[in-house]
Amino acid sequence: IRPAITVAARSVRLSASLRHQLSTLAILEHRDGQLNAGSLSALTAAQKLGGPVHGFVAGGDATTAAQAAAKLEGVEKIISVNNSAYDKGLPENFAPLLVENIKKGGYTHVVSVHSAFGKNLMPRVAALLDLQQISDITAVQNENTFVRPIYAGNAIATVESSDPIKIITVRGSAFPAAVTESGSAAVEEGVDPKAESATEWVSEELTKSDRPDLATANRVVSGGRGLKSKEEFDRLMVPLADSLGAAIGASRAAVDSGFADNSLQVGQTGKVVAPQLYIAVGISGAIQHLAGMKDSKVIASINKDADAPIFQVSDVGLVGDLFEEVPKLTEQLKK
Amino acid sequence: MSALRILVPVKRVIDYAVKPRVNKAGTGIETAGVKHSMNPFDELSVEEAVRIREKKRAPGGVEDITVISAGPAKAQEVLRTAMAMGADRAIHVDVKEGEDLEPLGVAKLLKAATAEHQSNLVILGKQSIDDDANQTGQMLAALLGWGQATQASKVEFGADDSVSVTREVDGGVETLKAKLPMVITTDLRLNEPRYASLPNIMKAKKKPMEKKTLADYSIANDKRLKVLKVEEPAPRQGGGKVEDVGGLVGKLKELGAI
Repeated sequence: IRPAITVAARSVRLSASLRHQLSTLAILEHRDGQLNAGSLSALTAAQKLGGPVHGFVAGGDATTAAQAAAKLEGVEKIISVNNSAYDKGLPENFAPLLVENIKKGGYTHVVSVHSAFGKNLMPRVAALLDLQQISDITAVQNENTFVRPIYAGNAIATVESSDPIKIITVRGSAFPAAVTESGSAAVEEGVDPKAESATEWVSEELTKSDRPDLATANRVVSGGRGLKSKEEFDRLMVPLADSLGAAIGASRAAVDSGFADNSLQVGQTGKVVAPQLYIAVGISGAIQHLAGMKDSKVIASINKDADAPIFQVSDVGLVGDLFEEVPKLTEQLKK
Repeated sequence: MSALRILVPVKRVIDYAVKPRVNKAGTGIETAGVKHSMNPFDELSVEEAVRIREKKRAPGGVEDITVISAGPAKAQEVLRTAMAMGADRAIHVDVKEGEDLEPLGVAKLLKAATAEHQSNLVILGKQSIDDDANQTGQMLAALLGWGQATQASKVEFGADDSVSVTREVDGGVETLKAKLPMVITTDLRLNEPRYASLPNIMKAKKKPMEKKTLADYSIANDKRLKVLKVEEPAPRQGGGKVEDVGGLVGKLKELGAI
């Protein structure tokens, strides 16, 4: 009994001292000074940890981004590093930048959204600090304990970290975005180690669209292999999306067949979405697709196969030929 | 231009088509008697390494393709598969069932292995489909101080050890230019992995497989994360079917979705 008491006493002392010092740095993504909606979820997750939250922005437009970030609810201070070397988010120089600012600020938690940028960067930061990152969390239980889906969301693990600093990425769809308030947090200049990057950014090709961003949209209409061709995908899905003001998604089968761009893929290996409404058209509902959308509030599906697994998770299903039903649906929604 | 010495880490995971079940104790996933295979992203890594050689894409040629896996004895099966796909040799690092390394531990092991094999390119899957962490490649690049290109959908080699990689990012793709040595992680669009033919499976049985332990690489399996419990996600109840589009719209209105 005695050793158990000692261990318990020590862990209580430890957690009390940690609580005392707990402070979190939330990495805020931005493009040309405009804050990324997904990273506002990281800020909400950071607030759930309980301590003061600082935001971090870097890049040539960091000042603009910092001013916007300073108005966000629940943020005490913004650390800003103005240097265009960080514009492309190259982890080779961004990771050392974060490491220096984490050390300087004495943070116990560092949080980013599990976006392409966060996934690329945060493990590099963790390894430089000899820490084991906790990826894609969906809930914070306490300062050491986090919930995360594994096996494409087929199991939910609760994990406790013993690392002195927790490096965390969060699932954007699991935390509401922090809201903008009129408040104004202090903006402080961060340290800039000016590390060199071994890689050089050459170019990018982004899908231009006026539609809401897939990852954060309230409504998503998603097409699968059943649409048969890119022409049919565009002919049927675009008007349907327009009638709802929805973002367009796609299954891996549709992406692999060239019906839709890769960046529209919903699933374990693509985007994870949790909109108010998800309409699955011609999608069978494979495990890896369900991993990306089964936390949607309402799921509707149209499929000609009455036994398709998608119907098992749909709140409302329509068995029928999508080439007939989708135009009818679009018509009715327009009214 | 240096010849490529490619290291390809592979992981044995529950087959992607199997629906995993949480064990009775709620401590993990039931693995006994469940079909396992090579992590799909790792198949892409092996395929890419082999294609770089076959299509003579690298000006300096490919000198060696070594595959490595840390896991129980059965991990040797996926290493044999990788050799049947075209890898030259394999390293099996024996780690008992249920004592899997965390990504940081794997990255440390791989760092030691790259030194041992004088690798100048490591191609990893972007994530394993069991833990879904998406960390190991980035951590390895950090520990080595090498450049990284994650979620690669296209890899091209140029003069003077330069490598140009197109990566999948939110909203599209971006292209990076790096120099060897470097770490690349694969995205699904990179290639379509081949099936190993029977003659190649037979040949793979004769290819060398080194057996190692963590101690050989001076790696301690110190875990930083403790799994407190594993549960099934809350089940989602299907809401039934409707007859026509009118019924669909009606139900969506009733649910407050439109």
